[in-house]
Amino acid sequence: MLDFIWGGMMLVSVIFGICSGRQAQITEAVFSGSGAAVTLCISLLGTICLWSGLMRIAEKSGITKAISFVLKPVIRLLFPGLQPGGKAAQYICMNVSANLLGLGNAATPFGLEAMKQLQADNPDKTTASNHMITFVVMNTASVQLIPTTIAMLRSKYGSTSPMDIIPAVWAASLCSLLVGVTIARLLNGRCKR
Amino acid sequence: MTDIGAYAVPVVILIIVITGLIRVKGVFGVFTGGAYDGLEVVLNIAPSLIGLITAVEMFKASGALDVLTYAMSPVANLLHLPQEVMPLVILRPISGSGSIALLDRILELYGPNSAAGRVACVMCGSSETTFYTSTMYFGSIGVKRIRHTLVAALIADFCAIIVSNAAVGILFG
Repeated sequence: MLDFIWGGMMLVSVIFGICSGRQAQITEAVFSGSGAAVTLCISLLGTICLWSGLMRIAEKSGITKAISFVLKPVIRLLFPGLQPGGKAAQYICMNVSANLLGLGNAATPFGLEAMKQLQADNPDKTTASNHMITFVVMNTASVQLIPTTIAMLRSKYGSTSPMDIIPAVWAASLCSLLVGVTIARLLNGRCKR
Repeated sequence: MTDIGAYAVPVVILIIVITGLIRVKGVFGVFTGGAYDGLEVVLNIAPSLIGLITAVEMFKASGALDVLTYAMSPVANLLHLPQEVMPLVILRPISGSGSIALLDRILELYGPNSAAGRVACVMCGSSETTFYTSTMYFGSIGVKRIRHTLVAALIADFCAIIVSNAAVGILFG
């Protein structure tokens, strides 16, 4: 997918630019673009390292576990019929709490493990089960307490209160999560398996 | 309301440092270990960011971005979205580093406190790379028929876009 987007953008740019006589601007963009990317990486570096470090402490001190304990009843509600103390439920909780803290790297292994556990209970191994769908939709809806990367980008371009968008981010991610899970559940019921 | 953001970071740091000091031995070592992993994360996305930002920059310089934005302006008007965010609406579910690249350009062009800049940020913060995530999760266990996953996930993404715009309008309008 990305092959076509990346290649397509470059091809269209070159053809479109030459047709409209902007070859000089395109040449300039090639060099300024790669430079801008490095600047972006360097500004990302500080924020990402700082939060990875802080979140490692959160993980080690049991904050992730505490959050996943609080989440248990919610998970029970979202995955009816899933054994509450079982491995699948445990991994799902850990995945969600890691996502909440913005620990994408820690969340993925928990998520993949949860999928493996759900697959064990799946009667048809090539078709997604209802729980799998709910779980993947939860992951694509992304609920993050502190959107650090975005705040960093805003402060890079001169925002004095880069986190003032937090209530909006929470509202949007919560709504999309609720809508996504509701639709998944509704469609689950329609085609029972 | 917008003050919550100013408290969120210091409060989270306070909680983490206090629990860390009480419950973790060698807390600074743990911090630097985690920070080192962050280094790897950035190193891993650097090549794709360099490729994608260059592509976005070329796309903008050729004038194609303006044409695309203009072509999508009826959709933007219909949804009452700032039309500058439309390219991001398309790219967001497809590519994570692509949308960071595009968001970076949008913020540079219009500023972080513009309506477009704010909506773009909230959109990026409240949705995920839907196609990538579902491919990875289902691919890892060999599931081929994913049934209504994408329908539900994409409607959720759409909802995130609409609420992002509305919330920015209410908070900053």
